[in-house]
Amino acid sequence: MVKLNSKTQDALLFYALRFISLLVIGLLLFIIFILFKAAWPAIIHNGLGFIIRTEWNPIENQFGALPFIFGTLVTSFLAVLIATPVSIFVALFISEYLPTQFSRIISTLVEMVAAIPSIVFGLWGIFFLSPLMKSTLAPFLKTYFGYLPIFSGPSFGIGILTASLVLSVMIVPTISSICRSIFELVPQHQKEASYALGSTKFEMIKMAVISPSLSGISSAVVLGLGRALGETMAVTMLIGNSPLISKSVFAPAATMASVMANEYTDANTPLHVASLCYLALLLFLITFLSNLFAKTIVKNFSKIG
Amino acid sequence: MSNIEMKEKVILEAKNLEAWFGDFQAVKGINVSYGEKTINAIIGPSGCGKSTYLRCLNRIHEEIEGTKVHGEVLLEGKNIYDKKIDVVDVRKRIGMVFQKPNPFPSMSILDNVVIGLRLQGITKRSTLMETAESCLKKAALWEEVKDKLNSLGTSLSGGQQQRLCIARALAINPPVLLMDEPTSALDPIATAKIEELMNEIKRDYTVIIVTHNMQQAARISDYTSFFVYGKMIEHGLSSDIFTNPKEKQTEDYISGRFG
Repeated sequence: MVKLNSKTQDALLFYALRFISLLVIGLLLFIIFILFKAAWPAIIHNGLGFIIRTEWNPIENQFGALPFIFGTLVTSFLAVLIATPVSIFVALFISEYLPTQFSRIISTLVEMVAAIPSIVFGLWGIFFLSPLMKSTLAPFLKTYFGYLPIFSGPSFGIGILTASLVLSVMIVPTISSICRSIFELVPQHQKEASYALGSTKFEMIKMAVISPSLSGISSAVVLGLGRALGETMAVTMLIGNSPLISKSVFAPAATMASVMANEYTDANTPLHVASLCYLALLLFLITFLSNLFAKTIVKNFSKIG
Repeated sequence: MSNIEMKEKVILEAKNLEAWFGDFQAVKGINVSYGEKTINAIIGPSGCGKSTYLRCLNRIHEEIEGTKVHGEVLLEGKNIYDKKIDVVDVRKRIGMVFQKPNPFPSMSILDNVVIGLRLQGITKRSTLMETAESCLKKAALWEEVKDKLNSLGTSLSGGQQQRLCIARALAINPPVLLMDEPTSALDPIATAKIEELMNEIKRDYTVIIVTHNMQQAARISDYTSFFVYGKMIEHGLSSDIFTNPKEKQTEDYISGRFG
């Protein structure tokens, strides 16, 4: 084997690394390009009005994305709303209350929830959560909060709230494991500084653990949001798949991802296919913006903290 | 060994105090009394249990997993390890300054000083401002920070941060202040400033300070204890310990033959 001189070796390494890194970026741009190309007929036909139109009728060549954008945003935000407090409590319990040997076991178990395939969550939703929603949860919410418009109308088990609940379970591991690793970064001397001033454990957690971790918690939440926005299988199984915009969380709806999964195989007009690709492009844009937003929060917070 | 004559009124007393990390016993049967408004130094080689002992005096040692403490610590005659005593109240009365300056990173200078008062439910702005000013003055930091009270505590230099931590500890007005090698992370000028301010705060507080620096102990303290391997070898007036120690081990240590 020829021994390369050190200069050549370093140069080779540099070019190899640069090539592979550029390949990944190139792939990203390539995917965007292909998506754009596939969506082009729909962009021409529908224009930007696509985003605000509400009719979706492929047979009549009517394509409006608003119900799907609505479905995606509402289910994801509801999921984050439910999952965030739960995740923070789980993370605090693991990092601040459990002795080390148990905290490892529990955090592994929580992270294993993330390993459950989406379709299994979907089945769990259909066979367990959806009947529970119909028989217990929805009647309970209607009895006590029925005066709120979001809890109006009947529940058939599947719909926005059911999908959001399953989504929230799916993103708890993401948010809680990031929060836990952030909380574990808090140095012992900060906690002791708080204890030494006569704070209770609750006050210590508030001032020494939560408050310096706010930027990290927000980025964890946005990463969870990112996962919820794109989640397809479980949501498709549980949301009811009707392109409706309704005020009740019991009503069926559809998300951008679910309509793509449902209709792609049946789409037989070129415009229908292109419109689904247009939706895909928009979904990509939304997740891209949410990631960008997460980065901005982290930047702003780290200026303070 | 520790029953020396003391003219001051006793404020804090350790009785058969023992402390463990898991199975390792770091502190072995300490008996000592501290007089009101005195500075008490604890010296000894690294790993002799002096910091652990200090951390037992405000029950912060027990915040580390797998540790335990036996024995009694009497604050004004009451055992702080008594089951009926609330540990939160103990720590409000026995303040602590740590080896590494540890201001809260998300808080301003002002908030760092008054956080202890806020924890006690004091929210009146004028009270908070008065306390902040007087404590920052006691900690000899006021002149340096009075125009930037809303800047982050962590924006200060290491020596300033440590004085900020002293001000924070003084703000809740604890009769006893524990200091765990407060100057070991600081440069000589910052160290001198802190030693100077200790002479000031001695008028109102009892200080127990662990130090690695024998000159420092000799300069600032009224009483000194010498620790080796978790045991207190000797305790007495600093003037005696440093000029005429009773124990051979103490003499070897202070003359630099050991440790």
